[in-house]
Order: sequence, then C-alpha cells, then structure tokens
Amino acid sequence: MRLTLHVWRQKSASDPGRMIQYEARNVNPDMSFLEMLDVVNEELTVKGEDPIAFDSDCREGICGMCGFVINGVAHGPRRGTTVCQLHMRKFKDGDVLYLEPWRARAFPVIKDLVVDRGAFDRVIAAGGYISVPAGSAPDGNAIQVPKQNADLAMDAAACIGCGACVAACPNASASLFTAAKITHLGVLPQGQPERADRAMRMVAQAAAEGFGSCTNIGECEAVCPKEIKLEVIARMNRDFIKAAWTNRGTSSATGGAG
Amino acid sequence: MELNSNLPTGPIESAWDRARFEMKLVNPANKRKYNIIVVGSGLAGASAAATLAELGYNIQCFCFQDSPRRAHSIAAQGGINAAKNYQNDGDSIFRLFYDTVKGGDFRSREANVYRLAQISVNIIDQCVAQGVPFAREYGGTLANRSFGGAQVSRTFYARGQTGQQLLLGAYQALERQVGAGQVKMLPRTEMLSLVLVEGKARGIVTRNLITGKIESYAADAVVLATGGYGNVYNLSTNARGSNCTAIWRAYKHGAAFANPCFTQIHPTCIPVSGEYQSKLTLMSESLRNDGRIWVPKTCGDKRPPVQIPEPERDYYLERRYPSFGNLVPRDVASRNAKAVCDEGRGVGETALGVYLDFSDAIQRLGASGIRERYGNLFDMYERITGEDPYKVPMRIYPAIHYTMGGLWVDYQLMSTIPGLFVAGEANFSDHGANRLGASALMQGLADGYFILPYTLGNYLASTKLDKVQTDYAEFRREEAEVAAMTKQLLAIKGKRTVASFHRELGKLLWDHCGMSRTAKGLQLAVTKIRELREEFWTNVDVLGRDNEMNQALEHAGRVADFLELAELIAIDALHRDESCGGHFREEYQTPDGEAQRDDEHYSYAAAWEFRGLDQPPELHKEPLQFEYVHPTQRSYK
Ligand SMILES: Cc1cc2nc3c(=O)[nH]c(=O)nc-3n(C[C@H](O)[C@H](O)[C@H](O)COP(=O)(O)OP(=O)(O)OC[C@H]3O[C@@H](n4cnc5c(N)ncnc54)[C@H](O)[C@@H]3O)c2cc1C
Ligand code: FES
Repeated sequence: MRLTLHVWRQKSASDPGRMIQYEARNVNPDMSFLEMLDVVNEELTVKGEDPIAFDSDCREGICGMCGFVINGVAHGPRRGTTVCQLHMRKFKDGDVLYLEPWRARAFPVIKDLVVDRGAFDRVIAAGGYISVPAGSAPDGNAIQVPKQNADLAMDAAACIGCGACVAACPNASASLFTAAKITHLGVLPQGQPERADRAMRMVAQAAAEGFGSCTNIGECEAVCPKEIKLEVIARMNRDFIKAAWTNRGTSSATGGAG
Repeated sequence: MELNSNLPTGPIESAWDRARFEMKLVNPANKRKYNIIVVGSGLAGASAAATLAELGYNIQCFCFQDSPRRAHSIAAQGGINAAKNYQNDGDSIFRLFYDTVKGGDFRSREANVYRLAQISVNIIDQCVAQGVPFAREYGGTLANRSFGGAQVSRTFYARGQTGQQLLLGAYQALERQVGAGQVKMLPRTEMLSLVLVEGKARGIVTRNLITGKIESYAADAVVLATGGYGNVYNLSTNARGSNCTAIWRAYKHGAAFANPCFTQIHPTCIPVSGEYQSKLTLMSESLRNDGRIWVPKTCGDKRPPVQIPEPERDYYLERRYPSFGNLVPRDVASRNAKAVCDEGRGVGETALGVYLDFSDAIQRLGASGIRERYGNLFDMYERITGEDPYKVPMRIYPAIHYTMGGLWVDYQLMSTIPGLFVAGEANFSDHGANRLGASALMQGLADGYFILPYTLGNYLASTKLDKVQTDYAEFRREEAEVAAMTKQLLAIKGKRTVASFHRELGKLLWDHCGMSRTAKGLQLAVTKIRELREEFWTNVDVLGRDNEMNQALEHAGRVADFLELAELIAIDALHRDESCGGHFREEYQTPDGEAQRDDEHYSYAAAWEFRGLDQPPELHKEPLQFEYVHPTQRSYK
C-alpha cells in the first residue's frame, strides 16, 4: 500500500508552520497508524530530514498521549479508536491524508503534531478529586455502591484526557472532558460532600483556560475514543446550576456551565 | 559497599508495627522545611508525592509525558490483589504472603512480602474512598476475580482498566496537592543525572523536553519511581517511552542494582506481526480465567482452529498442571508456550503463537457475559489483528512484560545511596524471581501511600542535612556531563537510526536472555552487546539540535543506557547457575522440564556495584532467610 501524507510541520510555538507532502511507501495493512509514521520518520532520518514530531506512549489506546486530526477528524476515521489503535487496513492504496495537530486556543502547538494540554491538568487540580488523605479511609465494603452507579461512574471515568473532544468542537469547549470527571465522582456516594464545589470550580477553571462553551453540537461525542456520552454534560450542567443556585460553592464561578 | 537490609527482627506479624514505632518522626511544623524530589508519576510516584504533600512536605514531581496521568501504570488491565477475604474462600494475609513468596520462587525477602500483604487491605480502602469505580456485585459490595498463581479470588478490578482507574485516583490526589501549592509538577522533564553532595542524594539534573534546557533541582531526599526497564528488549508490553535512564544513572553514581536478570515474560500477548512492530500488546492474564489454551496435537497442522476437532487439540496446561490448569503462574505458562512452539505445534502465520479459546466460556456465559468481563480487551484484540475473538480463538504468544530486578533497597526502600529512595517497579523489593499477576499495582501503591511516607520521614528526622543549592560545584559538574553527552550524541552523525540499534539490541537479548538461557548464549550476548554499543557511539545518526523538542535525541539517550544495562542483565544471568522463576537456564531443569533452583548456592539477592564501563561490576550478596515459608520446589500440578 502507498499513501500520500500532507503533514503539518511547525518548528516551535512561534513558528507559523505549514503543510508538507510526504510519500509513505510499503505500508503494511497490519501496521498501526503510528507505526506507519515511525517508518516514514526512519526514512526521513536516513535522508537527513527532520522527523515528524508526534506524541505517543502506551500505544494501546489508554494513556491519552497520542492524537491528531486525520482528514478533518480527530483520531481519524474509526469510531471509538485512538490513532495509536487505528490500523492501516482501514485505508486504501493511494489514499491522500492530511494530518494536523489539535487546534484550540487552550492547546498551543509545541512542535508539528504535538500540543500542550496542560490546561486539562489544571481543570482537574481545580476540583476533580475526592479529598481523602492516605490512611483515613473506612473499610472498602463499608461504602456500598449500587452496581448501576458503579457502572455509570466507570463509563465516565474511562476518559483518557486525550483532548479529541476539544479539537472536534467548533467552540473548542472542554465540556465533555470536564463533565466526565464531574459525573464519575458525582454519581458515587464518596463524591457527594464536594459535589457542588467541584462543579463550580472545575467549570470556572475550564473557562479561565480559554476553552469555549458548549452549544450542544455533539462533535465531541462522535470523536471520543472512549465513547463518553453527551449525557454527562447534562449532569454537569445540573450540578453546576444547582450549586450556583444554592450558592454552596465557595469559589466564585466565572463563565457558564460549559 | 555494604548491604544492610535493616530487616526487623521478631515475629513477622508485628514487624512492620515495631519498625514504625522505632522510626523517628518529623514534627508537623518542621515538615514544610523539607523539599523532596519524586521522579515518576505512576502509581508509586503519584501516590508517594500526593501522600508526602498531604503530610506537609514540599514536593517537586517529574515525569517525561505531558501529564502525570499518562504514566505507564495507566495501561495495567487486570487487577490488584488484596487479602480482604471478602469472598470467604479461605484468603488471609498469611495466604497472600505465602503465595507471593512461593510465586517469586523463594528469591524475595519474607519481611517485605509480609508487609506488602498486610498493607494490601488498606490500599483497597484508600482507593474506594478516592472514588475508584471498582467492579461491584448487584448488592453493592466489591467484586473479585482470580489471577494466576492463586486458588482464591482476591483480585479487585475496574473492568479491564484497573491500572487506569487506580492511577487516576492517585493522579487526582496529586493534582489536589498541585492545586494547594504543595506539589510542583514538572511534566515533559526527563531526569538525566543524580547529584550527590557529601555522599547523599541531594538533587537531580534534568532536560526540559520542550526547550532542551538542562536544569538542576536540589532537595533533602530523592525518590525514584520511574518504572521498569522491560524496553531494553525493544519489543515489550511497556509504553514506548518506558526506560531505565533514571535508575541506570543512579547505578552509575553508586546505587546497587539487584537481580537485573529477573525479567518477566507474560504468556498472553498478541504475537509480533512484522519488522515495523513498535510494541507488543498484552491481553490481560484475567482472560485465563475463562479462556482455554491449546495447540494442535500434530506438528504443522495448518487447519483453521474451528476445523480441528476436540480429540486433536492439546490443552497442554490443563493436561500438565491439572490443579492450576490455565491459571499456572506466568513463567510456567510462558515456558510451556515456547516449548509447544519449539516442537513445531505453534499456530498462526509465524507459528509463534498458541490459541486462547473462549468458545466454552461463550457457551456458558453467553457473548454478553464475556463482553461484560472483557469487552475492551476483545475490542482491542480485534482492532490490532482484524480478527473477531468472539468467533475465532485469540492467538497469543509470550512477551517481555515486567522487570522484578531493579535498584537494591533496604526495608525502608532506601538504596545504597543515603537519601535515594526507590519505589514501584524501579526497585527490586518484593517479587523475587517472578511476580504474580495483580501484585505490581499493589506494590506500587503500598510503597507510595503507606511505606515511603513513614520511612522518608524517619530518614529526614535522623539525618543531618545542610542546605544545598543548585549553584554548588556538584550540580555544575553533573550538568556539564549531561550537556556533553547530549552534544556527543548529536555530533556522531553516523549512518544508522537509533531505532535500528534498539531493534538489534532487543533481538539479541530476546534470543539469548529471554524465555530460556544458556551459558554459551549469554557469553555470546555479552560480546555482541559490547560490539553493538561501540558501533552505536560511532555510527548512530541523531538529527536536529539540543535546544528544541527532539524525540530522536530522547530515544538515543535511552538506548545508550539500555546498551549498558543489557550487558549487566546478561552478566547477572550468566552468574546465576540455577533456574528460578523467570530466569530459566536450560542447564538447570528437572527431568520433567521445570525450573531447578539451587538454594544451597543461590539463595541470595545479587546486588551489583558499578566500577566503570571498562571494569566488571562487583557482586554483593544479600542472603535470604526463610522462616515462615519453607522453600520447596514450586509445584502447580
Ligand atoms: C500492559 C500492562 C498491564 C499490566 N497489568 C497489570 C495488572 O493487571 N496488575 C498489576 O498488578 N500489574 C500490572 N502491570 C504492571 C504494572 O502496571 C507496573 O508494574 C506498575 O504500574 C509500575 O508502576 P510504577 O509507578 O512503578 O511505574 P510507571 O507507572 O511506569 O511510572 C513511571 C513514571 O516515571 C516517569 N519516568 C521514567 N523515567 C523518567 C525519567 N528519566 N525522568 C523523569 N520521569 C521519568 C514516567 O514519566 C512515569 O511517570 C501491567 C503492566 C503492563 C505493561
Ligand atoms: S499512545 Fe496511549 S492512547 Fe495512544
């Protein structure tokens, strides 16, 4: 198989960047997309050209490190799949592919396809946790969780923080990401004491990072490699509005629920 | 160098209590005067950093990924053990202790393992309270499954993403401390050297992976929680970035490296498909609960699996090990897979594979029952191979997965360098020559949540530590060395890519120091590794500059270290004239092909001291005593 790649090349944050064309020859259908790029990079190196920078680590779809846009779709054409788990058998000989980094104000480009997603960590630091210092926990079975709630929490907790939702959203909103964490912790009994505060603070932080607001377009759900459901955003909005009304949150929220 | 393991004396059941009581405490008001560096944000590093910060210490935490949440612990699938005995099936702290010592083939310390088993129950409590969404029964209680090497059901899990959920719990605790200003998190920052002042670990030198800047950080103590070194084999189940650099450079500064040849090969991974392969994917051991492993009875039987009738299949694990069956420990399952493939009965295009068949389980539980338990693993298998495991049996083959060896530490988790603590997979402490499934997550969190917070305090309270600053000559010297190495890698401008060296090294080790080893093969490996290392330093081609993001340069530094570590692994494997756990020397086996230990001569941890690359390392032995679990030949029949 042979492919033509147009890849976004940008030396550093300050460089304007541009698309450059490469040929990928000898593409084996069993390769993952990133293995295909590894091979392209080895060939570039041998020719003395700077290899394409892209992020990856686990290469099994769980760490959330990889991610770029293929022909306008975050993580490429296969639903529920990160680029590291996308295999070349999904493409045809002669395909022309355009590879671009996530584009969002809150995710500045570092180099080529690599962006800075530090804003996500700061959203979690603002309240995406349950405060329980080591040593202070009761017996595990003292806290019983109905199976449905445990499953619902797990569905939301499956988020890998890759940023595809932001990249796909016309408003560059981080609502799916933020809401997934608010839902995960909010449906568990352990998460109740901080529930209102958590929603207020995380939503405020997301706005402060420059993520846009949610207008229910649903592109995020379509590209999410973990298939996190849009309904988490409704739960977040409910928690946020309730918290704002009862004014239980201690921090002042700037910006709307998403 | 002297190895003092600082093991507690007296009854093992109360040893950890006594040790804690004897430890010196840091007054709460004084904790904020101490700075601690934690390198690594996996289960061990994140839990340590968060907990130490909760206690009031100032923490600087480092990782090479763009976020601490991406540490390789995230990829653990199957579960975490704890001696809760919630199933009322006969489990106890003593049984988990017993299983772990036996599973480790009697090459670990009893006191450490007992402590681990005790702490296991607190870990589950802590994680539940943090909101880790463990699997539940309909009544709302925690669910369990079984794992290899155990006959009780003590493994807690969150679908097939247990590591992810445990790590996110620790990460969230860590981010809470970042938000509180108690932890300064430095992602995309790679530790490249350790700084000693007056013989104590007092800081590190790092490279900023975005700007390339070489920087120093000073502290009162340093914790390394940098994970395992399985990627020395190039193809492993580890993440692409997993490396040995931090522990290897600490070794070169005087920390002893213990049992480097104790590497674990996991029996259930997706087979290699081609030269371009960048990593191997694990199919969790939990699958062996419901999947049955088999190969055709006759060599070279190329029929599709469904066309091979029952009587012509060999369920070799069930046949050879009737009491444990498909749930024998990893080393045993891996060796048996290799044996049937060596006989020519392997399956798939390369004939390096065996079937893991779920058809019986699907009949019993229905496809939906199987999806509930392993859905994400089945999806992953389908994505990678293009085959549907609900319809055709999975093909699996062993791959490098975990490293039991690591920096030597005493009972307090301190290395032979005062003030340098090592946690998680990076140390050698608890798994002996073979780790049982679902025990690494347990160990990483035990180290971070419940051991280091005490032992580090004890060190700080009992040691005189003058203030040090990063403009000291010791820091300047290390910075200069790191910068020189970086420049040198870029200056070689040879003909071969870094990746090609990594591939060649990996193949060499896999062939001669993988699932089975011989003295002759290991001698050859030592020579070849040296030659390859020489070629690397004259013929590697690393493009780009040092003052920018340069992924080839990062990889080159890691491969340079692997090329040195590989030699130590082979030397260690060569010196250990016995078979134990994951270390199988063909010369030492029982008549029916099981590992034959030599307790009289090798019942010790081998701790190696660096003496320069042109000198052989020096071996120090820490003898192992077994008072509670008497060494026997492991039998899973
Ligand atoms: C695919 C897979 C599945 C597994 N499944 C299970 C399971 O079901 N149950 C179980 O018990 N165990 C399992 N294990 C083993 C277990 O996941 C690991 O042993 C464990 O998570 C290691 O944790 P750690 O904290 O020691 O290291 P890691 O999680 O590897 O973290 C290492 C950290 O160190 C940082 N780091 C490394 N080098 C440097 C450097 N030079 N400078 C700065 N930072 C650095 C990294 O950025 C990272 O943050 C599995 C392992 C794999 C590979
Ligand atoms: S590299 Fe980890 S999700 Fe793709």
